[in-house]
Amino acid sequence: MGNKQTIFTDEQLDAYQDCTFFTRKEILRLHGRYHELAPHLVPMDYTNDPDVKVPLALIVNMPELKENPFRNRIVESFSEDGKGNLSFNDFVDMFSVLSEMAPRELKAIYAFKIYDFNVDNYICKEDLEKTLNRLTKEELTPEEVILVCEKAIEEADLDGDNKLSFADFENMISRAPDFLSTFHIRI
Amino acid sequence: RSLQLEERKPSQQIAQRRVRKRRRLRKVRRRVRKSREEEERKQHVQRRRLSSSSDDNSEDESMSEGEMARLKEEVEEKKKLIATLRNKPWRMKRRLKCLKEAQAFVEKFEGALGKGKGRRLYAFKVMMTKKIIKFNRDFENFKTACIPWESRIKEVESHFGSSVASYFIFLRWMYGLNLVLFGFVFGLVVIPEVLMGMPYGSLARKTVPREEQDSAMDFSVLFEFGGYCKYSIMFYGYYNNQRSIGLLQFRLPLSYLLVGVGIFGYSLMVVIRTMARNANEGGDGAEEGTFTFCWKLFTSWDYLIGNPETADNKFASTTTSFKESIVDEQENLKDENIHLRRFLRILANLLILCCLGGSGYLIYYVVKRSQGFAKKDRNELTWLQKNEVEIVMSLLGLVCPPLFEVIAELEDYHPRIALKWQLARIFALFLGNLYTFLFALFDEVNSKLENEKEIKNATIWALKEYYTNYTLYNNVTENIPPPNISPADVIRGPCWETEVGIEFVKLTVSDIQVTYLTILIGDFLRAVIVRFLNYCWCWDLEAGFPSYAEFDISGNVLGLIFNQGMIWMGAFYAPGLVGINVLRLLSSMYYQCWAVMACNVPHERVFKASRSNNFYMGLLLLVLFLSLMPVIYSIMTLPPSFDCGPFSGKDKMYDVIMETIEKDLPPFMADIFSYASNPGLIIPAVLLMVLAIYYLNAVSKAYQNANLDLKRKMQMQRDEEKNRRNNKDSTNQVMKDLEDLMPNKSLIPPPSAEETEIPADQLRKSPKVTGKPGAAATGKGVHVQKDVSLAAANPRAPVTRPPGPRPPGPLPGNARGPPPGQGMGRGRGGPPPRR
Repeated sequence: MGNKQTIFTDEQLDAYQDCTFFTRKEILRLHGRYHELAPHLVPMDYTNDPDVKVPLALIVNMPELKENPFRNRIVESFSEDGKGNLSFNDFVDMFSVLSEMAPRELKAIYAFKIYDFNVDNYICKEDLEKTLNRLTKEELTPEEVILVCEKAIEEADLDGDNKLSFADFENMISRAPDFLSTFHIRI
Repeated sequence: RSLQLEERKPSQQIAQRRVRKRRRLRKVRRRVRKSREEEERKQHVQRRRLSSSSDDNSEDESMSEGEMARLKEEVEEKKKLIATLRNKPWRMKRRLKCLKEAQAFVEKFEGALGKGKGRRLYAFKVMMTKKIIKFNRDFENFKTACIPWESRIKEVESHFGSSVASYFIFLRWMYGLNLVLFGFVFGLVVIPEVLMGMPYGSLARKTVPREEQDSAMDFSVLFEFGGYCKYSIMFYGYYNNQRSIGLLQFRLPLSYLLVGVGIFGYSLMVVIRTMARNANEGGDGAEEGTFTFCWKLFTSWDYLIGNPETADNKFASTTTSFKESIVDEQENLKDENIHLRRFLRILANLLILCCLGGSGYLIYYVVKRSQGFAKKDRNELTWLQKNEVEIVMSLLGLVCPPLFEVIAELEDYHPRIALKWQLARIFALFLGNLYTFLFALFDEVNSKLENEKEIKNATIWALKEYYTNYTLYNNVTENIPPPNISPADVIRGPCWETEVGIEFVKLTVSDIQVTYLTILIGDFLRAVIVRFLNYCWCWDLEAGFPSYAEFDISGNVLGLIFNQGMIWMGAFYAPGLVGINVLRLLSSMYYQCWAVMACNVPHERVFKASRSNNFYMGLLLLVLFLSLMPVIYSIMTLPPSFDCGPFSGKDKMYDVIMETIEKDLPPFMADIFSYASNPGLIIPAVLLMVLAIYYLNAVSKAYQNANLDLKRKMQMQRDEEKNRRNNKDSTNQVMKDLEDLMPNKSLIPPPSAEETEIPADQLRKSPKVTGKPGAAATGKGVHVQKDVSLAAANPRAPVTRPPGPRPPGPLPGNARGPPPGQGMGRGRGGPPPRR
């Protein structure tokens, strides 16, 4: 069908279409972007599923991620080893979750992972402080930072352990009117 | 067998495949049979143990009913899994593996399932489903490939964030809608008339009158849509009223009417479908102040931003926003003088009402004046006088909104509320202007209709005279040939529909001109001045007074919506208007994208007008209904012109439909329609619909109440948890009241270990776990229900501090009386669970 491309087999493309929110053309375009991140590392022929990972430093230089204060955390959350080295599967997964068509619940799960800096499945006060400092480029005074984090925990923490579990986070973010439109990257 | 494999002719390959398939199926059947036999053996052993009669009548080749049902269920489950695989938060590798396994399972057993009588049908169904899935996927791929301007919008997004880009996405959606409408109008009305109808110059209605022919090609005349433009396919008057034209017997008048109404129907369907799709995104709607800091922390960064300047801007605005919230939180500014505020707000509303009234009157006055001008000779009028109406309307649309903003400074609202008020006022302004314009226009139509009667009489009289003269001179009374007048010389009626169409087209064109000029002067010129004059100016132009413009999202969206309203209204009278609009939207996209990137700066504070995108869609729906009404009114009540347009010669425009029903459809349909239009049938039908609406309304209210109830309960529970955690008194009024109603504590014996809290109004559905109450403790004989608690676990579980001194008197819902023993606090008898 259509143009003859030799990057993926047809079964692979169909499988990707079933597993992500992308269409065939978008998957091929994603592969193009992945390839140009590291042309010597990434093969053009993916029919036999090569095991290639692009390191974190190259991925966070993508124009879509360059200005994002959480870019390192985003890439780390989608990598298998937790260090930010993405295979093509992880790369596609990342942009699929961040695309327009992903449902709210799925985005909430990954948002939780991204903002959990110390990866202990809870968003504790230190995580909140780090988030705030990245958001404001450390322009707030330390007292203000402490105040904001305390208020945030007070608002969202339901079970009283002074940190946000996933249930707390999900309960809070599902009501946010801006969440879906801001947690979105177009590629 | 090896011999068979060697000789492989093409005709034998098919046989080979069949053989292989049969072998595969046989293998599967053998496997299934083996597993079934094992199961049966087990069952047989069991049955022997139970010494009940066994029925092992199962045939060799088919499975028992239960097996088949279970297998079918599994296959369905696997299929569902495949469909929802992309929503699962798994790693891609796991998903791919799971997909492969599920697909293999489905393929293997789907073949095995098709046994017995329904085999062929089942196999056919399976194949069709696969084909449909593949077709859907290809169609989706094709559709996404067709979406234009994706990269352009992405650039705008990365520079300005999601809210500015939402305007361009809306513009693109409008373009798609207008393209479809253009397809309808063009394909079903314009093309048939051009290809199969009479050409230009053959009929009176299609020819420029003799008097105007000298100036028909002049640019100034064409620019006002007179001359050749007026007698072209663009306007209503050109279309012939011949009942069926061409080889295919195409019913043009019927098609014209149906397309005119169908435009509204299609637009309605598309708008409602989009609204329904957007409704799910809205979020659950918590109150404004519940999660302020959390939402600021987690949703203020716009992930679409890819431009360093925008990012800096965003950092600055986020910091400012946090500082403001902190200040609000600490000082809790409340207003001092509420009376002054109210007075100022009333004053502001009065001023704005005056403005709206003034603008409405101005438009009416100007339209009346233009009617006076129309009576004079065209050459005596200046350009200003000729285009007065359009200029005034556009100027009002330009000047009033900033005026409203200035007046709104008096009101001192929160920016989001102020934005809503501003939008409502601009909406009222546009609406008022449009409707005043329409009323004035229809006034004119009535006077034209009077005029028409005279001309019609004159024409009929002239024709009669011609026939009498002919009879006199040639002594023939039958088969008189029609008068041999060239179409250009025939007396014309005023053709009010074309005039109305011309007015709408002129309005649209002037609207386009004003919009483009505003962008050019207001944005581009301003940016150029600020940029280049900054080198030699006393104060910093970029930071101080004029500075660069911000993109006015709400103003532009409203302008787009009203433009569409005008198109809907005018499309019936001027089929070419839809084409003009398509061109306008196309050029607008490129022009505004360029203007935004070149001349605008990102917003400092962003306030969305509403939670969901449905606010603007709702406005669009309202405008759709409002623009439907004039068209329906003119179809139903106004008589069409007698000598121009597809309905000429009829009493009312909808007579075309009656004619079609009588002449084209089989006779029983006419009977059905006549029965259906009987008032005796219509009134009960209307009553039935009213009842249905009432019932649905009641049901939806009940659901809303149930929803609110649940929300309130959850909120109460949350508050209780927080208060208990912070060791505070209950802030819930109900709980306070209940406390007061409790009997005196000193008289109660020590309570049991279980906690009891049953607020009176939670009797029906109590959310907390209530074990055995100290029924004596409550002292009210309250009926307690056991229910599942929404809390995760005992909220006091990690006991990091010793229980603080309890105030005298009962805490809400706590154990009454003296504090219980150490380890027996509030658990359900056991120690609190560890975290």
